[in-house]
Amino acid sequence: MADWRPAAAPETLRRRAALLAEIRGFFARRGVVEVEPPTLGPPAMDPALESLAVDGVPPDGGRRWLQTSPEYAMKRLLAAGSGDIYALGPAWRGGEYGRWHRPEFTLLEWYRVGFDHHRLMDEVAELAAVVCGPRPVERISYREAFLAHAGVDPLAAVEADLAAAVARAGLSLGGVAVEERDTLLDLLLSHVVGPALGHVAATFLHGFPASQAALARLDDDDPRTARRFELFLDGLEIANGYHELTDAAAQRRRFEAERTERHGSGLPVYEADEALLAALEAGIPDCAGVALGVDRLVAVALGARSLAEVRLE
Amino acid sequence: MATYSTNEFKGGLKIMLDGDPYTIVENEFVKPGKGQAFNRVKVRNLKTGRVIDKTFKSGESVEAADVIETELQYLYTDGEFYHFMDPSTFEQKSAPQAAVGDNAKWLKEQDLCTVVLWNGEPLSVEPPNFVELKVVETDPGVRGDTSGGGGKPAKLETGAVVRVPLFIEEGEMLRVDTRKGEYVSRAKE
Repeated sequence: MADWRPAAAPETLRRRAALLAEIRGFFARRGVVEVEPPTLGPPAMDPALESLAVDGVPPDGGRRWLQTSPEYAMKRLLAAGSGDIYALGPAWRGGEYGRWHRPEFTLLEWYRVGFDHHRLMDEVAELAAVVCGPRPVERISYREAFLAHAGVDPLAAVEADLAAAVARAGLSLGGVAVEERDTLLDLLLSHVVGPALGHVAATFLHGFPASQAALARLDDDDPRTARRFELFLDGLEIANGYHELTDAAAQRRRFEAERTERHGSGLPVYEADEALLAALEAGIPDCAGVALGVDRLVAVALGARSLAEVRLE
Repeated sequence: MATYSTNEFKGGLKIMLDGDPYTIVENEFVKPGKGQAFNRVKVRNLKTGRVIDKTFKSGESVEAADVIETELQYLYTDGEFYHFMDPSTFEQKSAPQAAVGDNAKWLKEQDLCTVVLWNGEPLSVEPPNFVELKVVETDPGVRGDTSGGGGKPAKLETGAVVRVPLFIEEGEMLRVDTRKGEYVSRAKE
């Protein structure tokens, strides 16, 4: 007989529903408006994200992509004068499956006009406290965290230094050697540094290397770093936020760089989302935004050890 | 050359690493929100039994190991090799002592064993979970004691020594659990 019973227990799903209601209440009290961006739209440019395509979509019967996040649509809304907004709903990422990854998951994304990344970190901490209960909050720079947990300065190190740190951590690569600087940093972050964070406090990792700025602006005080942060709870990456890049020309250059990288890696190369670029040219207000993995936050709140325990599938 | 992509990784998959065959024990997908994805696996060396951790960039391909599990009938040992036969094809295989290891003490002629073949050659030999073996040496039985409490050592026809109840006598057939190395019962004749 087919295995029909969901892995997540009904009682767990009731508790999850109560936490989602807490999240909506949190934003309602602060005057942040819920919006529902279309989940079918343009693909993500980021070479590390795989967009899943849907064909035959009216009115033109053409191809659309399931959103990897509602970011592009929400930035267009910000340019249109929406003010503070949040979206809570499904997002999709191809090629991701594991204990803490699903191709379909629930994402909470919000934007705060006039906030910088530090002020948004305060708010993320307050939301995490509402869902998971209070814990101390700490901020540690990407550089400090790598020095403390991997014994290497991620801003100054050359590739050989990073490879040595990988070997010191006891990591053994099964396939081809990793030589690219950012891949070595990702390897250390995902295997060594990240798992060490967020065990006694809610830990914000901030000041990512400029090469990993994504959609964050660079830090004026230290242009080697970007105004990007991540929240870690119990060694798990929960949220990723930016003091948003609002410069249309800079955004166009980043898209172009991502297209080149996609081409070089044999990935599908997409046209830049002109609607987003036009919105940035029209001007989006100075703001900070963050995307938060709701399933993981719920898992931490309920003490679950995998996503399968806390989401219906 | 057959290969597997990391997205086919799962427990039990047999792959080649540094010239040795391995089986995947555990596979974990690890990825920073923005960045390169990895597969972190625990793998067991099928020659040595040692378990190690390895990390692959997701999307990489890994050579498949030509490893299959078969049921072969144990024939005899010539002191150096252990000889087995496929009961359906009558094809014979010989396993070196290293492949049999400690399990040699459970091998009884005619018994069906699980033999892992790598490139067609025996890599490891597992005896059946339960075997029936004759007691060749034990202290005299104590009549009337059927409690099984206490017990005594008994040497079996294959050389294995197990603890048996006091009432067991030389020449009796016993049923033995090879995974625990324990006496189960008298064998039903």
